[in-house]
Amino acid sequence: MDKRVNDQFLEELNARGVSRREFLGFCAAVAASFALPGKAEAEIAKAVATKPKPTLVWLEFQDCCGNTESFLRAGQPSAAEIILDLLSIDYHETVMAAAGHRAEEALKKAVEENKGKFIAVVEGSIPTGAGGAYCTIGGRSALSIANEVCSQAGATIAIGTCASFGGLPAASPNPTGALSVAEAVPGLKNLINLSACPANAENLAALLVYWLTFDRWPDLDRYRRPLFAYGKSIHDNCERRAHFDSGQYVEQWGDPGHRRGYCLFKMGCKGPVTFQNCPNIRWNSGTNWPIGCGHPCLGCAEPNFWDSMAPYYNHLALDKTGAQPNIDKVGFWATLGLGGAFAAHAVAKIAGSKSRVIAESAASTSGKGEEA
Amino acid sequence: MTHLVIDPVTRIEGHLRVEAKVEDGKVVDAWSSSTMFRGIELILKGRDPRDAWVITQRICGVCTTVHAIASIRAVEDAIGAVPPPNARVLRNLVIASQCVQDHVVHFYHLHALDWVDVVSALSADPAGTSALAQSISDWHLSSQSYFASVKKRLKGFVDRGQLGPFGNAYWGHPAYKLPPEANLMAVAHYLEALDWQREFIKIHAVLGGKNPHLQSFLVGGMATPVDPNEQASLNLGTIAELRSLVAKARDFVKRVYIPDLLAVASFYKDWAGYGGGVGNYMVYGEYPENDGPDPELFLPAGIIRNRDLTKIEKVDPSKITEFVKHSWYDYPDEGDQGLHPSKGLTSPNYTGPKPPYERLDLDKKYSWLKSPRYDGEPMEVGPLSRMLVAYASGHQQVKELVDGVLAKLGVGAEALFSTLGRVAARGVETLLLANKLDHWVDALAQNMKSGDLRIHDNSKWDPSTWPADATGAGFHEAPRGALGHWVHIVDGVIANYQCVVPSTWNAGPRDGDEKRGPYEESLIGTPVADLEQPIELLRTLHSFDPCMACGVHVLDAEGKEVTRVRVV
Repeated sequence: MDKRVNDQFLEELNARGVSRREFLGFCAAVAASFALPGKAEAEIAKAVATKPKPTLVWLEFQDCCGNTESFLRAGQPSAAEIILDLLSIDYHETVMAAAGHRAEEALKKAVEENKGKFIAVVEGSIPTGAGGAYCTIGGRSALSIANEVCSQAGATIAIGTCASFGGLPAASPNPTGALSVAEAVPGLKNLINLSACPANAENLAALLVYWLTFDRWPDLDRYRRPLFAYGKSIHDNCERRAHFDSGQYVEQWGDPGHRRGYCLFKMGCKGPVTFQNCPNIRWNSGTNWPIGCGHPCLGCAEPNFWDSMAPYYNHLALDKTGAQPNIDKVGFWATLGLGGAFAAHAVAKIAGSKSRVIAESAASTSGKGEEA
Repeated sequence: MTHLVIDPVTRIEGHLRVEAKVEDGKVVDAWSSSTMFRGIELILKGRDPRDAWVITQRICGVCTTVHAIASIRAVEDAIGAVPPPNARVLRNLVIASQCVQDHVVHFYHLHALDWVDVVSALSADPAGTSALAQSISDWHLSSQSYFASVKKRLKGFVDRGQLGPFGNAYWGHPAYKLPPEANLMAVAHYLEALDWQREFIKIHAVLGGKNPHLQSFLVGGMATPVDPNEQASLNLGTIAELRSLVAKARDFVKRVYIPDLLAVASFYKDWAGYGGGVGNYMVYGEYPENDGPDPELFLPAGIIRNRDLTKIEKVDPSKITEFVKHSWYDYPDEGDQGLHPSKGLTSPNYTGPKPPYERLDLDKKYSWLKSPRYDGEPMEVGPLSRMLVAYASGHQQVKELVDGVLAKLGVGAEALFSTLGRVAARGVETLLLANKLDHWVDALAQNMKSGDLRIHDNSKWDPSTWPADATGAGFHEAPRGALGHWVHIVDGVIANYQCVVPSTWNAGPRDGDEKRGPYEESLIGTPVADLEQPIELLRTLHSFDPCMACGVHVLDAEGKEVTRVRVV
């Protein structure tokens, strides 16, 4: 680590039971997440230790608080939560001590004093129906708060599928006119979507450290999601992939195949059309993940999954003609019919943005399961 | 007379607004309003009922298991699926661990800052804190140097001038009674509890793949295979892991949470005289101990009226009605009459002030929550209701724990009907369940030993086995109280779905007879020392553990009438 890294920081980490070694291990893990070259590790460590705590404002609109709860579970690598502690979270309704107009003051102050620099995190969708009355805070509509706060932020993170894509409130028939952040506040600079229901805390931690270090977002896919976490399908990295390739499927809940960890494709798994790093980082400090516990993937990181992946226990269509070949024999050939999901990725730069955006060549159907 | 508005009420789930009238330093009237709405029940219509739990689960990410449990029970009731013993035991483990985790997080992270002055902790003598900590518990983190390091960390935080989530609060308010040494101890445990909850909730990752939003529920059972000889199943290794997670959780509850609760409560005994509320308590009951339609429950169902612990009434769901006189919905006949959920309508009609607004029309409609009533009366639901019903029913363990807490604080049973009573009951329930968890781990191990590997009733999985028209109800005791889901299935898809949830019972507005809801009633008489800093109101509101996202209701975008399901 750079010698200029201040001692107070290391001392502080030490007081929290985090050794210098663990801290550097965390920085190395972040660097590895993004496949950064060797010296990036030192750069991350330096940035985290020496830069002033950036202000973060966390807004909750039509949410369930699941992303906040997920954020509270951050813990792997063990220094991650310490790093988060190094942000100044000046507004977060679920955890903040202040209430009422004192809370509103805190928000106003955080925005005014850090204009153009602070990070806004938005959880939940933004309703447009009933003149904004479907979600008000301090008598103001979610839409007006989002407009005011996010437009003055240095960067905005839409956390979870509701903020990223509209999510459950926007599912058919979208009763409240719910929108994603990108739709509700068009033209935001440095907007990133961290979808999934909820988003994985480890991805948020890595992303924040990346911003803190490089003052920009990592490479993004066409849905503005960071490629390090959304670049590969669940299916490609699944621990049960060998069973899929061998045509070994769970046929019934609790059958011998289910107990042996066979492929859940026939039970409705949406892993082949879902892009997320669950199989790699898993959940709750690497303890487990949904497929690991015997339940199919729901596709929760994809736009419109509440509608496009339903019914959740029907398996994906094998091809667009609707013909159903014997999937016990077809094995991995089955996936060839999944429109766009395995299409090659192409890198494109979007002018004026700090981040690169990856466009998928088969843009039409990826992320949408087809009902069998 | 002063009119107070607290919006947003923070350290809760969701969006809550409270208005209160204060006269001579006391609250004389209060209004509770929910200001967020998603319409999840409408989104459910036309979908596969086996998918409903995934959707209702997203009502709340804090109590992330409760709407899934109520949903699968409702659908199972409708289609006649019977979960096997392993599924019942796994569900009990999931439900109880949710409750334990949720209650501890509530105490430290959502409620403590109403009682603990973080800034005052800076003037604590770590030696004094160490002596205090060791006098109430043998928890290992209690040395002078440990508390000195916590103080130093806190000081570093304050000195940088970036207080983050602790900024702009009511620090220094005269209502804070703890000495600096006790405040420092509580701050240390606030931080420890943050680590504790992250570790303990791994039990949900083991049993449900992840938390929040576990993914192992199934209509008819659970998706986690059970087999002592398979690596991809819950096996003997899992049993050992569960035992270890449970033991560590129980240790923290026994040696940190409960001693802290008693220590803090001893400085705030006057809060046994505030926050009483409506005095009626309702419990659906929870933790089936055997299989079948009418199982024995570890925590009993029942109703207590007017704080009378000598009489426990049976719960009859047909006596539930909902009012909308003060909710943004239309009913026929001026809307003053309550309707049973089976005949209920939801016709939303926002008639409140156009945002941005300063004040709601409190004499008209002022909330997105309806007002549920039982036999015409408001009912408080939650840990206090559960502990009172169990106590009054002669539940041996509950009686011992409650009597122990009352004796330690030197107060009588009447102290339970209060803000402090709610806080204490939550602690008692946490300890009760932390002690009980091993019992279900043992039951799971026993089933494995006996060779019972069933996790699911496959006979009702195929929709072709269902009746063409089916209705069902699912009841559950969520951490915050009695939860009911009602489902109507026609030709294999959801025709109607309704949730009547704890926060609707507790946080709902006035009913057709202008009777206040539990939050509103509980605030009456609360002292307010400083109108600019109404911390006293937060103490009582937080004692209910508000969870507003749960208060969603059916929304019909076109304003059409939506026919409600019949209660079975």
